[in-house]
Amino acid sequence: MALLEVENLHTRFLTDDGVVKAVSGVSFKLDRGQTLGVVGESGSGKSVTFLTVMGLVDRRSTEVEGSVRYDGEELLNASSARLQNIRGRRIGMIFQDPMTSLNPVKKIGWQLEEAVLLHNDVNHAEARRRAIQSLEEVEIPRADARVDDYPHQFSGGMRQRVMIAMALINQPEIIIADEPTTALDVTTQAQILRLMKKLQDEHGAAIVMITHDLGVVAELADDVKVMYGGRIVEEALVDDLFVQPEMPYTWGLLGSMPRLDQVSARLEQIPGQPPSLLRPPTGCAFHPRCGYTFDKCREELPELAAAPDTVDHRYRCHLDDAERHRIWAAKTAAVSAGEGSAA
Amino acid sequence: MTYFIIRRTFWAFFLFVVATMITYVIFFVVPANPAALAAGKATKPEIVAHIKHALHLDLPIYQQYWLFVWNLVRHGSFGYSFVNGLPVRTTLGQEIPVTASIVFGGVILYLVISIPIGIISALRPRSALDRSGMVFVLVGISAPSVWVGLILIYLISFKLGWTPIGDYCNLLPTHQTGVCSGPGEWAYHLILPWITLAVGSAALYTRLIRANVMETMSEDYVRTAWAKGASSSRVLVQHVLRNSMLQVVTILGMDLGLLLGGVVFIEIVFGMPGLGQQLVLAAERFDLPVVVGIVMFATFAVIIFNFIVDVLYAWLDPRIRLT
Repeated sequence: MALLEVENLHTRFLTDDGVVKAVSGVSFKLDRGQTLGVVGESGSGKSVTFLTVMGLVDRRSTEVEGSVRYDGEELLNASSARLQNIRGRRIGMIFQDPMTSLNPVKKIGWQLEEAVLLHNDVNHAEARRRAIQSLEEVEIPRADARVDDYPHQFSGGMRQRVMIAMALINQPEIIIADEPTTALDVTTQAQILRLMKKLQDEHGAAIVMITHDLGVVAELADDVKVMYGGRIVEEALVDDLFVQPEMPYTWGLLGSMPRLDQVSARLEQIPGQPPSLLRPPTGCAFHPRCGYTFDKCREELPELAAAPDTVDHRYRCHLDDAERHRIWAAKTAAVSAGEGSAA
Repeated sequence: MTYFIIRRTFWAFFLFVVATMITYVIFFVVPANPAALAAGKATKPEIVAHIKHALHLDLPIYQQYWLFVWNLVRHGSFGYSFVNGLPVRTTLGQEIPVTASIVFGGVILYLVISIPIGIISALRPRSALDRSGMVFVLVGISAPSVWVGLILIYLISFKLGWTPIGDYCNLLPTHQTGVCSGPGEWAYHLILPWITLAVGSAALYTRLIRANVMETMSEDYVRTAWAKGASSSRVLVQHVLRNSMLQVVTILGMDLGLLLGGVVFIEIVFGMPGLGQQLVLAAERFDLPVVVGIVMFATFAVIIFNFIVDVLYAWLDPRIRLT
């Protein structure tokens, strides 16, 4: 049994303008110690999926359907007391913007101690000891002094370390990291990723890395889910995805990623805007932006089908195998040719 | 902190000077003859001239101002009323407790009403309580306090006879006959003025608190607190309330300062001998020393409450340092 099993999850926000279908039928499994990369543009439903898993969407204005099982236990109809028990203890979460994710009026130490005291029957001195220890683990210098600082006395990278320390302090089995490096500068990004990798090796937690940066996925993840318009449009082992991506949206994502080993005059871009989830396009959600659209794409949503000759590589696309492979081969050939001419 | 207090003290001093100067200037720009008023109707010009001299009104304006400052610094005296010759200090001493009683009682009443309603309607937006709260808010904001006061007097004092129609009673018991006093009588006479003051402000504060709590609830660090596994009451008390009170504290401080300068309408409607009523009376009679005395007290109230707000602010939000 997988540690986390999500089945046919739907999340709909009821707004004044209508129903926003933020997540439409997402299913996946997460095993112990596994690192899952979830990739997509803003508004693809990747964050909402995991906020729903954590029960952090506003239940008054949100409809949730499907199933989320943690260690076999259904979470979607769990009591709020049970959810509070799981949040922070079994599943830790790291958010995108470290500048706003810490309470500005409470000391760093207080915020870490709170996480300890919520889930452990220990006294204040022990909570403080653990708080300092966790700051040392995320490599904050002079942790015993800095524990009494306020968040505004820390830099962005340091605050994200604090967020990581806070998510890890109760040694959860799953860490959901929602774009943990997006708000940081490049050198700090690399440090944070290295730190997460190191801590995962030490604690053995499963990580869900939500990102729009395929570089982060390549660095950390074992498996990748590509999300678009509230659905998973392609899923694969990370190496398979980079070698043989099976659908045009993933091609676009890969093409828009700058690479140091290739010279290209101009990065590819995906034309148009992400779809409105209030009035999603008919058929395949990507068809208005796809360069290979034909009639069927406008009428029918492609199934998440298995790719030929692979395990666990699935994609949504109406193009037939030969056609897709011909297009992808042409694309990689063009890049190689560019490389050749530059050399 | 020391530097902050020193700077604030200088600033207060400067404000006093400016406020009193402006009062003097305005007073002398207005064409009026306080000496003639003080002398009464149909007096001889010599008597008016005599009074004018006695009140120093024949001196140039800057000398009059200097005399005022000198008396204040040298004798701690605000001067004497042009009209009845009483020391301004005595007049203020009688009126400040009246205004302060109305203001503090009213403010406590509206905070007691608006804080719980504001928080609950923020937590349950669009609920029945939130909606009825909003109706109350609209009515409260739209109704002027004069009107509310008159309606309350008509219904509760006059028709039902539950409360006295006006008048003020001292908080501390005195043993003079014919003078009502004591905490019971004091509160009994003040209950309608308090309600009148509270109606409009409670509405405003409910809205303010609701908006601030709702905004804070959607902050990232509140989501972090949920993600840690905190219960809803813990999230509210530990993470939301303190952060959402910053703006409320600011506005409360400003309001207290302003209200203490006189709650004119309420004092007049309920016949309470407070600062606001006296200020109107003194201005009508061109009683400059009394006007200046009240202006100085109002300035003092604004300065003190702004100071308290700044100190509270630094305590509420560690990002703010008092330097």
